Amino acid sequence: MTVVEERPAPPASPPPRRTNRVWALLRNSWRQLTSMRTALVLLFLLAVAAIPGSVFPQRSVNAERVTRYYQEHPDLAPVLERLGGFEVYASPWFASIYLLLFTSLIGCVVPRLIDHVRALRMAPPDAPKRMERLPQHAEDLARTGAPAEVAAGLAADLRRRRFRTKVREREDGVWTVSAEKGFLKETGNLLFHFSLLAVLIGVGFGHWYGWHANRLLVGGADQGFCNTLTQYDDSTLGPRVHAADLPIFCLELSDFDATFQSTGQPKTFMATVQVTQDNGPAETRKFTVNDPLRLDDANVYLLGHGYAPILKFTDRHGVSQTKVVPFLPIDGMQTSEGVAQFPDANIDPKTDKRDPALQVGFEGRYLPTSPTDGSATSAFPAENNPMLYLTAYRGDLGLDVGTPGSVYSLDQGQIASGELKNVSGTRPHALKLGDTWTLDDGTKLEFVGTREFATLSIRHDPAQGLLLVGAVLGLLGLMLSLAGHRRRVWFRVRPQADLPGSPPAGGGSVVTAGGLPRTDYPGFPEEFKALVKAAEEGKP
Amino acid sequence: MAELSNQLMAAAVLAYLFAMVAYAGEYAFGKRSRVGRAAVRPVEAKQLVGAGGPVAAVPPVPDDVPVPPVKRGRGELIGMIAVGINVLAVLLHLGGLVTRGVAADRMPWGNMYEYILSTTFIASAVWIGVVLARPAVRHLGLFASLALVVMLGAATMIAYTPVGPLVPALNSYWFIIHVSTIIIGSGIFLIGAVPAVMFLIRNGYEEGKRKFPYTLGKHVPAAVTLERLTFRLHAFAFPLFTFGALIAGPIWAEASWGRYWGWDPKEVWAFISWVVYAGYLHARATPSVKRTVATWIALLGFLTMLMNLFGVNLFFEGLHSYANAG
Ligand code: HEM
Repeated sequence: MTVVEERPAPPASPPPRRTNRVWALLRNSWRQLTSMRTALVLLFLLAVAAIPGSVFPQRSVNAERVTRYYQEHPDLAPVLERLGGFEVYASPWFASIYLLLFTSLIGCVVPRLIDHVRALRMAPPDAPKRMERLPQHAEDLARTGAPAEVAAGLAADLRRRRFRTKVREREDGVWTVSAEKGFLKETGNLLFHFSLLAVLIGVGFGHWYGWHANRLLVGGADQGFCNTLTQYDDSTLGPRVHAADLPIFCLELSDFDATFQSTGQPKTFMATVQVTQDNGPAETRKFTVNDPLRLDDANVYLLGHGYAPILKFTDRHGVSQTKVVPFLPIDGMQTSEGVAQFPDANIDPKTDKRDPALQVGFEGRYLPTSPTDGSATSAFPAENNPMLYLTAYRGDLGLDVGTPGSVYSLDQGQIASGELKNVSGTRPHALKLGDTWTLDDGTKLEFVGTREFATLSIRHDPAQGLLLVGAVLGLLGLMLSLAGHRRRVWFRVRPQADLPGSPPAGGGSVVTAGGLPRTDYPGFPEEFKALVKAAEEGKP
Repeated sequence: MAELSNQLMAAAVLAYLFAMVAYAGEYAFGKRSRVGRAAVRPVEAKQLVGAGGPVAAVPPVPDDVPVPPVKRGRGELIGMIAVGINVLAVLLHLGGLVTRGVAADRMPWGNMYEYILSTTFIASAVWIGVVLARPAVRHLGLFASLALVVMLGAATMIAYTPVGPLVPALNSYWFIIHVSTIIIGSGIFLIGAVPAVMFLIRNGYEEGKRKFPYTLGKHVPAAVTLERLTFRLHAFAFPLFTFGALIAGPIWAEASWGRYWGWDPKEVWAFISWVVYAGYLHARATPSVKRTVATWIALLGFLTMLMNLFGVNLFFEGLHSYANAG
């Protein structure tokens, strides 16, 4: 048990003037809000409120699963949406609980801080009249030496044991020594609770002033990008961040190295990039999964990797174009899916007229290691036997309509409407590395090679340092608080002559001792016993 | 090596079972044992309370209060045997873990099965430490070994995973720090539930209740002792868990996934456990909240830990790849 600080009882309320009901209500609510019981209830509510976030998919964690949830539960999903079920930790009700909790926390710890500072500056209170009422006490310890001297010795001993002490002379030649120890407990407790506040502020600050973005970066100097929003597949800026505030840097993936266990489990990933910051000179940096690339105002994290086949298409007019198209992995063995679209194919170089019915697209799979049985999933994530399986389409790709489609699949609407036609039959065509495939109209597709790509997350959170400091201080405070014990000890020293029937005073003293643990402290009786023993023997 | 690990684990579960039977035997003879008597004698109870921290920090129980010499009863002997078997079980458990680690050539906590083995090992080792430091709580051994048998059995049946390597994201020293502190913290929380339950039972017994669960409280130490042990274990585990789950975890997550906290199901449940245990510490520090209520909150924390250990891995999918149940 921890006896919460006995605060001095509030002075008797002044005679009721005109009672201001609103004021009274406010004051009472505030008292309620800052009580320990309310804190308990709010903590409990916070725990309960966090549960739905693990039960329902969260948009901020995995947006695709939310979409899937919509398909699986078309009736329930909109209701959940309205209740904030897919954004639990950003929902108003979750926020209201933690804001109330932290208001309660402020209301609780600020007065305690004031009290504590006051207690730290005050001398330990004088010994109570009746020591025998204290949980620990010892009577009539005889000591040689005058009371003043004995008291000074006791105080010195206590100070050596890191007690704060105060020696007082009472009217009738009696001296008292007051000692108190364990202030670190309350100090630690306050430090802990204030650190919680710091952490909350840090989280909020990071949310407002941070940003993050994702980018799939294909290897090669021609595929590099610079840090502007248009270069990202998706991005989120904090409410206080503008696109123009983003730090200036450019990245280009010069090498990617992946190694795998024989089971296909990835062992290591290592990306090598050329970085230029603030238009400075390019430098070569390497980073890996647990060791991000730390730039001045952003960190680049390596999330995954994959392959981008290089495809050369030669059209009816003999014009060829080459594209590097990333295929997205769909399983752990890097079976990947993607498309290559050539909207500018078959433009007559003489007339420069584009025929939308002659655009060309390819859709299919890439297997880095095609299994010997010819099945359509990769047998290993490294490129041991690369194979492309493609289906060719000709017609209007639907790219001009203006609705941005996925760059990883063909427009299914165009296929359904017949605007875009399959021209290679139902079985996908297999291409080995270096193979050239001649289509029905004489046009050619060559599988030139592949490049690797890395999926990157680029983030900046200006509050991370504050958070770390807050968390570490909080832990320190917590340990001090849980390990500490506040306790008081008093000695009263009388001249020995006081003792009825004792021989005439030989300058001796009689000591009475008392002890009060102010927090639950099972070890206190022992400590007190040791102190009394030391007092009796007159040496530390 | 992996095979050896499985055999050692099977042997450990058997040994826990035997220890459980032996503890039960002592329980039956408990009336005559010194422990049984010590537990109900207020003087001794108070003295036991006098000891300090939970594990390493336990100062020796002062022996200046004379204990009347008693003839060692049969119960006492069986009790000693039970502790002996229990120690053997812990050693087998350790052996199972070590061989597993050697087989995988890494720390043995790369998936849910190994994680549970490690956590229960800590729980078990802490339990043995407590028993050796304070023999008076030995009667709880029946319940401690029961809990271990159940958890290990569940781990083997629903979570067994063959030995495999780590995915690259787990290849970091922060991973080791993060997981080891969480495992130690959770292990102590888990074993802390044993005195918590027994406190509630014993407390009812001391209040004169004589119906079924309360009769179990007959031979266990006094309610104050149990309550204090409960608190000590939780107060020791809480900062460890705080460090592992709320500091080391986010540091690693930042380096690995680019965000320090992302409300992944595993993170959600660690947060919930943390908040519930903070609630327990609060409740215990509030004089107007009864100790029984505070202890119920600790048990609620235990349930959230179980959820984190088993439930999250089975019900939800998340980034924590070691959470995959094989
Ligand atoms: C934001 C959520 C909070 C968390 C996570 C939290 C956590 C904790 C923890 C873990 C302890 C135990 C460590 C110790 O004994 O020092 C503690 C103690 C304490 N908390 Fe909080 N707390 C929170 C909010 C509050 C609020 C709102 C109040 C005031 C109403 C409060 C008042 C106290 C007091 C007085 C203690 C000291 C108990 C003692 O003397 O041992 N806390 N808190």
